[in-house]
Amino acid sequence: MAQAVFHHTFPNGLTLLAERMEHVRSAALNFLVPAGCVFDPPGQPGVASFLSEMITRGAGKRDSRALALALDNLGVDRDEGVGSMHLRFWGATLAQNLPAALDIYADILRRPHLPEDEIDSVRALALQDLRALEDEPRQKVMVELRRRHFPPPLGNDRRGTVESLEGMNVETVRQHFQRWFQPCGTILSVAGNIEWKPLKDQVERLFGDWSGTQVPSFRTGKAPGGRGHLAKDTTQTQIAIAYPSVPFGHPDYYAAQGAVQILSGGMSARLFTEVREKRGLCYAVWASYFTFKDRASVLCYAGTTTERAQETLNVTLEEVLRLKDGITKDEIDRLQAGLKSSLIMQEESTSSRAGALASDWYYLGRVRTLDEIQDAINGLSPRKIVAHLHRCPPRDFTIVTLGPKALRLPRKFQTLPAKEAV
Amino acid sequence: MSFHHQVLPNGLHIIGETSPSARSVALGFFVRTGARDEGPNVSGVTHFLEHMVFKGTPKRTALDVNRDFDRIGSNPNAFTSEENTVFYAAFLPEYLPQAVDILADILRPSLRTDDFDMEKNVIIEEIGMYEDQPMWSAYDHAKKAFFSDHPLGNSILGTPDSIRALSRDQMHAYFQQRYVAPNITAVAAGNFPWQEFVDLVDKKCGGWTGGQAPRQGIRPAPGSGLFRVLTKDKVHQEHVILMSPGPAADSPLRHAADTLAMILGDDSGSRLYWALVDPGLVDSADVSFHEYEGTGSFYTSFSCAPGRTQKNLAIVQGLLGQVQKEGITEEELRQAKNKILSRVVRGSERPMGRMQAVGMSWTYLGTYRSVDDELKAFQAVTRKKIRQVLDRFPLDQVTTLALGPLEKLRKPRANGKK
Repeated sequence: MAQAVFHHTFPNGLTLLAERMEHVRSAALNFLVPAGCVFDPPGQPGVASFLSEMITRGAGKRDSRALALALDNLGVDRDEGVGSMHLRFWGATLAQNLPAALDIYADILRRPHLPEDEIDSVRALALQDLRALEDEPRQKVMVELRRRHFPPPLGNDRRGTVESLEGMNVETVRQHFQRWFQPCGTILSVAGNIEWKPLKDQVERLFGDWSGTQVPSFRTGKAPGGRGHLAKDTTQTQIAIAYPSVPFGHPDYYAAQGAVQILSGGMSARLFTEVREKRGLCYAVWASYFTFKDRASVLCYAGTTTERAQETLNVTLEEVLRLKDGITKDEIDRLQAGLKSSLIMQEESTSSRAGALASDWYYLGRVRTLDEIQDAINGLSPRKIVAHLHRCPPRDFTIVTLGPKALRLPRKFQTLPAKEAV
Repeated sequence: MSFHHQVLPNGLHIIGETSPSARSVALGFFVRTGARDEGPNVSGVTHFLEHMVFKGTPKRTALDVNRDFDRIGSNPNAFTSEENTVFYAAFLPEYLPQAVDILADILRPSLRTDDFDMEKNVIIEEIGMYEDQPMWSAYDHAKKAFFSDHPLGNSILGTPDSIRALSRDQMHAYFQQRYVAPNITAVAAGNFPWQEFVDLVDKKCGGWTGGQAPRQGIRPAPGSGLFRVLTKDKVHQEHVILMSPGPAADSPLRHAADTLAMILGDDSGSRLYWALVDPGLVDSADVSFHEYEGTGSFYTSFSCAPGRTQKNLAIVQGLLGQVQKEGITEEELRQAKNKILSRVVRGSERPMGRMQAVGMSWTYLGTYRSVDDELKAFQAVTRKKIRQVLDRFPLDQVTTLALGPLEKLRKPRANGKK
């Protein structure tokens, strides 16, 4: 399949990636700025989140309202997200409006007002956001799982704490901006009906004189790990499980993804079949692959009524451990069909492509072609996945539950097999 | 893109929008049946039946159904609303025959008793999951309060008791009444050959039973005007929903109503955003317009710290009252139209988006509406039309439901002053 992917890294370190998609009328842009919540100052979690809420409240010549109005009039649907590593700015609109939207994003990234008189509003919003998490048990349990499973600050939640949010002042937010918003390590990816040359010229004009060379770094502590229970009088018990895998870019990466697909990739995947279809234990059960640059994990979730929670936990763990006992050819065929479809359908969405370009660049320092990914998918076999699972067997589980009652971890899951030779 | 339409002798409608530049095909079967079509003894049967459709046929076990969908790399799903049950999947063009074969086959489910009993557990889990999400509970209770004895107030999921009490034979009787061929439309969008699609559907569905499945109780719902507080002390935030009446799905005013909802409560640059979200008075706030057969309604919702609720409610009532009196500005209308243009165009770039849009407009209007038809209809919205919506469906005549830790909440006066 012919792809038109372009790349340019400017002398100041900013990377521009683009994919031209002639069959659409829209375009999506995606900025990754290495200023995520792992860079929150020690003892002050929530600064990156604060900044992401404040940064659109006036920039360049526009105040908060004028900025929102200008983007709305360009039809830009948008979102500012806080990840562990990056603040992410996503916007999508008609391709003809993209240049005007980029002009505004240059103001947001380089010339935000970060006005002091907005600080109380942003604080109130951040505190509400933290409270709202208490009414979302499914999210709450995953936040706690990541906090336990990954070493700080990798497992930190973007929302911060009441104490930290109450103590936040505009100087802290401005310092975070000054320190981390810079071209080195920032990735801008664009996908849609665009022309490369004018795009590159415009980005050069808007960001060419942006300076700063801080290399993002942070020190990790020790992950708490183990098991945790959040007591809450809910109808369902939430179960969350994590165990280590290999990161994006690792030689075993596709095999690791394949293993997760066998567990949870389709309607006939093992977790859905064994936990929901055969036993009716829950409505929602899934596993997903979650990666940082230097480490990755598989995260699993199930929500079930309290009486059946113990059985749900047992069956879920059983399935995870059973993977390495063997995978059928038929399972691989289904997995390949699913991955191939989603790969091709990505080409129908400018947002998906813009996201994929940036993600490839961040993890691998290059953009994979669809043919390369297709070849890797075709190369998966039961033997390769099982061999991976022997090299990297699911173990060292972190388990968090939320609900009226804590669960037991049966003995057989406590003494897990040591690393076996292949 | 071009449109095609055919009706089989048994009454099944087949429609398609072909688009040769698409990478995939989206296929859906739209069954015109929902919670509003349920009798009092079978609350939740439509949604439960939606689950049972995936549980197999004389040709396929439940596991076969899942495996066959996965073999063609499709990602099937289904939803049940007040008025529709829709089964759909997206897949690569080469798999059209298999996709029609599976979807058409499962639309004639066996409803085996052991599957039925097992799936009851899953439905009860799903109800439990929503119970733990206060905004969802609030939405269900608000609809019940607003619609009162109107069939649109029926719960989609039902209750654990109503689900436990359902028998397989009751479900089968419901299926036979509602899943007749003339009540179903097969819809495809994307890259596929039309005639081949028709032949495939004809082969699989031509033998389905005909007959009629009329819908009872199609009438406007002005709303009860109730003000109700449901105290749930384990919930942290207070979740508030205000509902007011709106135009029906076939009304020429529906595009104006959609535009008005966007101006009032879109997640960026709307009245509610500036009044509540921007100053941090809530964790979220939203206005949406839902159209139904015979009626419609505006849903205004927010959630916030319990102590803020009374003041926020006054702000929202004040805002609705002001728009009711003064309407909206020309600038707001232009802003909304620019957003809509972008969303409609982007939404139409995927076959899945077009399949849903084409299927819905066929179900409600019996006509095809192209992307350009929709864009033109939105461009034609004027302040005068929005005034007509407001005059016929007063925004400030609300039914209010609050769910959360609060024991008491005072009803603000209609002019927004406490």
